[in-house]
Amino acid sequence: METKAIMIVGVGGQGTLLASRIIGAVLLEGGYDVKVSEVHGMSQRGGSVVTYVKYGNKVYSPVIEKGEADLILSFEELEAARWLPYLKKGGRLVLNTQRINPMPVITGAAEYPEEIVEKLKKTGADITAVDALKIAEEAGSAKAVNVALLGVLSGSTEFGEDVWEKAIEKCVPEKALDINKKAFRLAREIKG
Amino acid sequence: MTKLMLGNQAIARGLYEAGVKLVSSYPGTPSTEITEYASSYDKNEMYCEWAPNEKVACETAIGASVAGARSFCAMKHVGLNVAADPLYTASYTGVNGGLVIAVADDQGMHSSQNEQDSRNHAIGAKLPMIEPSDSAECKEYAKLAYELSEKFDVPVLLRLSTRVSHSQSLVEEEERANIPVRPYEKNIRKYVMMPAFAKPKHVTVEKRTLELIQYAENCPLNTVEMHDAKIGVITAGIAYQYAKEALGEKASYLKLGMVNPLPEKLIRDFAEKVEELYIIEELDPVIENHVRKLGISCIGKERFTLIGEYSQRYLKEKILGVKTECTDFGEDIPVRPPVMCAGCPHRGIFYTLKKLNCIVSGDIGCYTLGASAPLQAMDTTVCMGASVSGLHGMNKAVPQDENKRVAVIGDSTFIHSGVTGLINIAYNRSNSTVIVLDNSITGMTGHQNNPANGKDIYGDPACAVDLEALCKAVGINRVRIIDPYNMSEAEAAIKEELSTEEPSVIISRRPCALLKSVKHKPALKVDTDKCVGCKMCLKIGCPAISVTGGKCVIDHTQCVGCGICREMCKPGAITE
Repeated sequence: METKAIMIVGVGGQGTLLASRIIGAVLLEGGYDVKVSEVHGMSQRGGSVVTYVKYGNKVYSPVIEKGEADLILSFEELEAARWLPYLKKGGRLVLNTQRINPMPVITGAAEYPEEIVEKLKKTGADITAVDALKIAEEAGSAKAVNVALLGVLSGSTEFGEDVWEKAIEKCVPEKALDINKKAFRLAREIKG
Repeated sequence: MTKLMLGNQAIARGLYEAGVKLVSSYPGTPSTEITEYASSYDKNEMYCEWAPNEKVACETAIGASVAGARSFCAMKHVGLNVAADPLYTASYTGVNGGLVIAVADDQGMHSSQNEQDSRNHAIGAKLPMIEPSDSAECKEYAKLAYELSEKFDVPVLLRLSTRVSHSQSLVEEEERANIPVRPYEKNIRKYVMMPAFAKPKHVTVEKRTLELIQYAENCPLNTVEMHDAKIGVITAGIAYQYAKEALGEKASYLKLGMVNPLPEKLIRDFAEKVEELYIIEELDPVIENHVRKLGISCIGKERFTLIGEYSQRYLKEKILGVKTECTDFGEDIPVRPPVMCAGCPHRGIFYTLKKLNCIVSGDIGCYTLGASAPLQAMDTTVCMGASVSGLHGMNKAVPQDENKRVAVIGDSTFIHSGVTGLINIAYNRSNSTVIVLDNSITGMTGHQNNPANGKDIYGDPACAVDLEALCKAVGINRVRIIDPYNMSEAEAAIKEELSTEEPSVIISRRPCALLKSVKHKPALKVDTDKCVGCKMCLKIGCPAISVTGGKCVIDHTQCVGCGICREMCKPGAITE
């Protein structure tokens, strides 16, 4: 098969790294060659962050470039707009409708664009917008927003709930497991 | 068993399997996780530690090697500059137990102050350098490095890059080899590098390089993949992966796993088989210069940039003229630079420094973010420790501004190389004020314990450097401790120390807000009836505060209740 490319984008601290590791564990279970590329260090401090997951028979480059992503999972609206050029024509974008103001917006140096979801839909991309923060908080913690988004995404993958849950168990710390599993299940019921 | 591992994790596995006995490192992105993962193995088999800096780490590993054990240290590219002194002479002494030093370059400067190419150090120190391109190779090369080290009596450099260190790919785990400690025999001609012994050693080093070139001609790390011969590519490391994805079987490849020294015949033979030869390497034209020196024509840096990272898209465009289509959002998107976290203890200090119009000699760490808007309270950042020594230079040369200048440096950076600058301030008497931002952790690299926080790499209790006593011991009489959450106290202290005519140290002490041991207060709220929309609270640059409909709003998912914004709020609209 041709190599597939998934991008996970968001704001440093939102748990994009953990989400990419869970996806990586699911794909490994599926018998694919997998590469997951992460960002550490300064970029993690509240900045725009991106991780890449690629899988197929044989994956070479660990990075995803403009026009190459089959799927973008965005943890925040502005980040979905920022990384849109990375989506392949006909690709899918799953986004969390949470809005986190970047520093230039906070200081008044820039404006947060309005109606991002509508504008994204007009580009012809296949968009799924959900309030994953609400789901996460319903499950018991805002921190589970990453796993809630995976729940939304999981419904349209070839992998069953058991494979996803096993990967979550492998990657999420013990004490946060119940809340994360709950967030995953609540989100999975949403038709992505 | 097959596992998905970060490149850094795979190196740690390789060390374990190679029978390494000692790992000593200083954290530095993107190398940090090697040592963190290494410390997850049994310390009785493979002992790990965080050293105060890369020079100490490298010398510790050299000592372990001389004593007969396989040893290791890891650092980022700029860390190798700090460790260059022992490294260049360890090249002369050679090893007893195998010695490998990993150096992780940061193409694209994701988290670094420059973009230097460490291969230049390998050339300078006359050391073999090998460079893996994925996690499986990370493990394999780490193990092979020890064989090379012991076979050629030489420390081996293992070059990494952000994309290799921080990408996960599949790795097959194997058993740990039982490598006995080699006997130590006194040999001053080998280990005492005074001129009489170093001179013959230099001859040995040059001879060794010739032997290593011979090795490079046939070594299993340098591989040829012949496909279409119209395009030939000589490449190494992560650039190989980009080239392979961009060109597939439209090109033939000479992948150099050993990037110093470089082979000659292997390159000539490959060049003869292909029509057009491309040299694809990020940063400096190291392979290209070598190829040109052999009189072989090639396409290199006249086509490919010296700056930043490459990618499959970039190479497709540059070599095949193919541009991947993409859709733009169609309007300006505000940038999202990294910022100090909500509750960061550094925030209030930088606000105060800006308010007092200070000239701030800065350093390397999370607090470098104090240079960004809206705080913008930093004037210089060069390298680890430079804040303290730089301030001394400013104050000695142009003393009229000394009452406006401060240095800011984190606890870990202060231990790394700030204390030597402070000794200079005391010894050569400059009227300098140094603020040590003690957040009890090495922060930016992702929370590593350090010699000042009382815990070792395993989280076990350790001796903690008494920073106050240390500053006093080097000759600073005025040392005071403040709580950075108390902004009025901090401001008064900074004003007082700046106006005092002798060197002083202010230790601003509060643990990093992201530490698990730190208990957070509930998120603060804005009383919208009291909020007048003056936006004073925005001046501290907290990512949890923004304005909606003319009133301030606090994001409850981010706020940790530090209360700095409450001190800013004159109408008293911010409440618990």
